[in-house]
Amino acid sequence: MGPEGGAPPAIELTGISKRFGAVQANRDISLTVAKGTIHGIVGENGAGKSTLMSILYGFYRADSGEIRIDGEPCRIHAPRDAIAAGIGMVHQHFMLVDTFTVLENVVLGAEGGALLAAGVAKARAELQRLERDYALEVDIDAVTGTLPVGLQQRVEILKALYRGARILILDEPTGVLTPQEADHLFRILDGLRKQGVTVILITHKLREIMAITDTVSVMRRGEMVAHLTTSETTKEQLAESMVGRKVLLQVDKKPAQPDEPALAVEHLTVADDAGIERVRDIGFSVRAGEIVGIAGVAGNGQSELLEALAGIRPVRQGCVRLSGAEITAEQRRDPKEMRRLRLAHVPEDRQRMGLLTQFEANESAILGYHDDPAYNGPVLMNRGTVVKDCEGKMGLYDVRPDDPLLKTGGFSGGNQQKIVLAREIERDPDVLLVGQPTRGVDIGAIEFIHRRLVALRDAGKAILVVSVELDEIMSLADRILVMFDGRIVGEVAAAEATETMLGLMMAGIDPSETQEATP
Amino acid sequence: MSGPEPTPGVPKWVYIVAMPVVNLAAAFLVSGLVVLLVGEDPLEVVKILLWGAFGFQEAIGYTLYYTTNFIFTGLAVAVAFHCGLFNIGGEGQAYIGGLGVGLACLYLDFLPFPLLLLSVIAAAALFGGAWAFIPAYLQAKRGSHIVITTIMFNFLAATLMVYLMVNVLIEPGQMSPETREFDAAAWLPFAHEALAWIGIGFARSPLNLSFLWALICCVLMWGFIWHTRWGYAVRAVGGNEAAAVYGGISPARTIILAMCISGALAGFLGVNEIMGVQHRLLLDFTAGYGFVGIAVALMGRNHPVGICLAALLFGALYQGGAELAFEVPKMTRDMVVVIQGLVILFSGALEFMFKPYLEAPFLRRRQVGAA
Repeated sequence: MGPEGGAPPAIELTGISKRFGAVQANRDISLTVAKGTIHGIVGENGAGKSTLMSILYGFYRADSGEIRIDGEPCRIHAPRDAIAAGIGMVHQHFMLVDTFTVLENVVLGAEGGALLAAGVAKARAELQRLERDYALEVDIDAVTGTLPVGLQQRVEILKALYRGARILILDEPTGVLTPQEADHLFRILDGLRKQGVTVILITHKLREIMAITDTVSVMRRGEMVAHLTTSETTKEQLAESMVGRKVLLQVDKKPAQPDEPALAVEHLTVADDAGIERVRDIGFSVRAGEIVGIAGVAGNGQSELLEALAGIRPVRQGCVRLSGAEITAEQRRDPKEMRRLRLAHVPEDRQRMGLLTQFEANESAILGYHDDPAYNGPVLMNRGTVVKDCEGKMGLYDVRPDDPLLKTGGFSGGNQQKIVLAREIERDPDVLLVGQPTRGVDIGAIEFIHRRLVALRDAGKAILVVSVELDEIMSLADRILVMFDGRIVGEVAAAEATETMLGLMMAGIDPSETQEATP
Repeated sequence: MSGPEPTPGVPKWVYIVAMPVVNLAAAFLVSGLVVLLVGEDPLEVVKILLWGAFGFQEAIGYTLYYTTNFIFTGLAVAVAFHCGLFNIGGEGQAYIGGLGVGLACLYLDFLPFPLLLLSVIAAAALFGGAWAFIPAYLQAKRGSHIVITTIMFNFLAATLMVYLMVNVLIEPGQMSPETREFDAAAWLPFAHEALAWIGIGFARSPLNLSFLWALICCVLMWGFIWHTRWGYAVRAVGGNEAAAVYGGISPARTIILAMCISGALAGFLGVNEIMGVQHRLLLDFTAGYGFVGIAVALMGRNHPVGICLAALLFGALYQGGAELAFEVPKMTRDMVVVIQGLVILFSGALEFMFKPYLEAPFLRRRQVGAA
């Protein structure tokens, strides 16, 4: 633990609020972090952790509230104010110039004059001192882009320390690291703490909180719900306060009557664009007439899994079976063929993938089916039919405004999602993949979307739902699979699942280890 | 606020009519200052420019003849742009398209005229499209940036043409690198000839029937982009490649398709210049039309109607400018280029400069209404 008593806290936030349009990202947040300690902030995605840290670092300005650094009131309006106040930040996505050497990256923005030589020489000496003091070994003349991510992260830390940071914010620092690299990072953080540096660690991995932090705060839906001393709390308690104990959005549904598997996945391995394996040797099946939910914190391979199943991303190993067809590394199938195999896909990010915001709604409503003879003459597309078709769907799904000629981007998130769902569900697929069915959708639309999905299930279709919303998974799915780090860490029947149990599994902890805590 | 996307709540005409008009006005205002600086009367200059472009039949003929070229190259740039590609290679594609026209006129002149015309159009599209295909393939399959490759292909086209004209296609026994004149049966009728058939007298000018083909191409382009499934794919790839892939559209195939059509449209410039006006294959007939096509497409907002209007504007500037240089000694050819440059600057590069100011009255009114 750091020094106690007379010394003012390194960071003191009081009454911080921040609103983005209709979303209250931070609501009346207070936080005190003592000097020379490691403080963890945990919470689900979208709980407001990153917003809070962006306010502290000057990316956003709080609507209200006060920031005190070392007891002094501090006006932080831009990152340079934060740097001047001794705050450094290591972002989840590194802010490094790949083609620069480590030294050049560290000096960037702190060159100390028009000519580089003097600043660089000074930086070299200073960096060597920092590396020695904090066990941060990096070859400072290496080209940054050639270094593994663990070392790139050290460059980010060096950069912050070089600018005189006494407070270091790390945003999901282990998301990109191997377990060994993460262990090394923790040793570095421990060293920093011993030197009197204050560290704020944002993460959703409870194991890390328990391993390294002195104190921990829990955020949920934009609010601070708990401040705890790490040694006096447990993973279970953290998981519970992280997920919350609120009323489930109850979906009225009969028990599932599953039939034969409609979609089967065996030993599936999928890599992301950088070639890193995000889905590792997983297997499961979805039977006709059931909804299988995949729970997990975002970024644990769910996106890559969905994209592979939809034919967008190649399979590296293993196979996917559907309608008597196989998809393997050798036998690729593009999204068009997958649609022909009667698979429909509601992508996780509708703005990035599901629709074209600059298209008219009726055009977005045929994306993927624009080749359908029903919409086309021999040469010309039958725009009248397309518009009429869209009108029908808009009525059925209560899309507002019900104007098929309006640009897709002009609809609210919930209505855009309805357009995508209408397009995919009304094709009457055998297998439906749904990513984040209700992300950014208002309550009324959520209920509607859930009812449509259950109705589709009762019509004997196989549905795979991926969502980071535990409530949603629990109320919608018949069976729940939990993904962590590219693997399926557990399967539970929805009726037997509890939030605490799923929360633990989502954090990569096997619930059987802590059976007594979950009745 | 200052991005290219329209702000919701602002009427469409602000973007379609008011913005181009204001941009143009700004360009002419600055041009006026330049004219003053040289010591001429701007109003007088405008009068001569307009008269030179539209004041008499011959002037109108010339203006529309230039317009024809700008429509072809403007459409070419626009089609590629809908696919998210910046085709800087209209110049080279037009050059090679013209080669196709010339070869067809030289060697297929035994065909009856309608068949010959079809062959010439096909040859222009084929040659221009093929010249665009190579950069398109490199972009689609190898990721070589289309801007770089199309620029380089302009130089390649120029060099290839010099080689062919000097060494292969030159009419034997003469000095200048030109082919023999085409058989008169392979000439595209001039507008004054065509009008004479129906009893209308019109002054002689280079305007020929390719002008009609340019207008037909506008309609075809409009139908293709907005009313076919292939145009849908082109716009999807240009709008959001991830969504296109999700929709089962192959970006690579679509890029190649869009670029080939773009190259074909640029190639039609040869129909006007070679078959319509020069009646022989020669060097440098593209004269920068391919590059001005970029400005035409930008100004015309990549829509055929806008492109026609922008092409007419540039046609008028070309013809009126030539007249101006002839009438007013201080307004040299270079001064006319300055005016054209200012039009391109304000309508192209600074297209959205006045956007916040034009939107402001509507947004303010809405706020008052909401309060």
